[in-house]
Amino acid sequence: MIIDHPLLGPRDAAEFVYLGDASLIDRPDWQAPDAMEKFHAYGYLRDNPAGEHQELWYHEQGDRSWLVVTRDTVTHTITKVELARDVARGKTKARGRGK
Amino acid sequence: MRYSGFRVLKEGLTGNKGWTKAWREPEPRPDYDIVIIGGGGHGLSTAFYLAKEFGITNVAVLEKGWLGSGNIGRNTTIIRSNYMLPGNEPFYEFSMKLWENLEQETNYNSMVSQRSILNLYHTDGQRDAYVRRANAMLLAGADAELADAKQLRQELPFLDYDNARFPIKGGLYQRRGGTARHDAVAWGYARGADSRGVDIIQNCEVTGFQIENGTCTGVETSRGAIRAKKVAMCVAGSSGRVAAMAGMRLPIESHVLQAFVSEGLKPVLPGVITFGAGHFYVSQSDKGGLVFGGDIDGYNSYAQRGNLPVVEDVCEGGMAIMPMIGRARLLRSWGGVMDMSMDGSPFIDKTHIDGLYFNGGWCYGGFKATPASGFCYAHLLAKDEPHPTATQMRLDRFMTGNMIDEKGSGNQPNLH
Repeated sequence: MIIDHPLLGPRDAAEFVYLGDASLIDRPDWQAPDAMEKFHAYGYLRDNPAGEHQELWYHEQGDRSWLVVTRDTVTHTITKVELARDVARGKTKARGRGK
Repeated sequence: MRYSGFRVLKEGLTGNKGWTKAWREPEPRPDYDIVIIGGGGHGLSTAFYLAKEFGITNVAVLEKGWLGSGNIGRNTTIIRSNYMLPGNEPFYEFSMKLWENLEQETNYNSMVSQRSILNLYHTDGQRDAYVRRANAMLLAGADAELADAKQLRQELPFLDYDNARFPIKGGLYQRRGGTARHDAVAWGYARGADSRGVDIIQNCEVTGFQIENGTCTGVETSRGAIRAKKVAMCVAGSSGRVAAMAGMRLPIESHVLQAFVSEGLKPVLPGVITFGAGHFYVSQSDKGGLVFGGDIDGYNSYAQRGNLPVVEDVCEGGMAIMPMIGRARLLRSWGGVMDMSMDGSPFIDKTHIDGLYFNGGWCYGGFKATPASGFCYAHLLAKDEPHPTATQMRLDRFMTGNMIDEKGSGNQPNLH
């Protein structure tokens, strides 16, 4: 698989380390009353879809950036690669607007 | 029809005209006591033990493709019970004892061959860990034997003992471990279940669950609705997809594992050998091919094929312990989809929906567990309580803190 890094261009997936579902960016609030259930779901339960999947890859043998890769788990086709930083910032902004 | 040496002789002399089909091809009936989803090794063995041990024969096994077309048909055929933790080892040893009697029980030649499994160690620390594991195995009634390099040099002269980076210092033997003919395991269980009245329905894909007021009352399939008192998921590899139809999220990721076979060679490997410093395991099939594998690819996948970096990594592991493997040509490689669980151990449990049961999360160790998985699942389905060797394989163990993390690598499925 080739991952088209937003800063470095196309790189071999072997340079990266895979973490898992990109929902791991959304860490639950530890002070919430249902934090126990939330952290159980966050730490252990996965959607595990067959098809489009957003996931975190770490460019360990490169620029050490975290990426959010959108990839099809049935065909291995990669359709979108973003810096995880940008994705996380986008989410914070969206939350800010909701308040 | 009973199979025997005499029968082979008789049929051979009479033109092989007396053989009958090994199982029927029934049409699905509108309702059953138990419907098992998945006609692979574990589903078929569950049906077999339900009928044989618990006398429940009003059972259907639904298979979306053909019988045994999933991971039972694409594994590296190793059987062993060399685990350590109390939640695991008694279960796998129970499985080992069932393997030892399998052919007599099913009246089918599954070619169970107890040719031994050897886990190599390369450091003092690893030796100590193996001593501990061997003791845990002995406590659970399994066999274990530590061999030093001097003994191994006599038995297996072809290994690279003086490898500069990973010298072989010894190994942990389980002499009762070995291999079995994977397809024949599925066929033997299918024939045994079918002859006791279980309906095995191929080309019948489950497309949904009938759930009323928190109780599962049946399934929707590509061949019509089927009602059942109990529905048993047994679809490791596709667990995420099937459970999603019941609205469940599981502590499982699906990953692809590759396996390889070389061209046929004269007998060179007496048993199963595994590398201790990387991930590589190899045995030789009765046809002569070296059957081997290593790590999973490491990313979520439902594709039954992997990528080249892992091919290279596995072959490097092979070269590190037995350089002679470099002379053999690779004949085929293939991939299978694994349920990788959050602690590397499986689940045999009820779900939060009444009448719906779950068996899955076998990571890449499902084949050796086939007999005990079926037996324990049948026990759970028949009696609604877990078999004594499978009490810890619970779906809620991450909430209660009772993980069975054999490797101690935490909730990172691609590291188990």
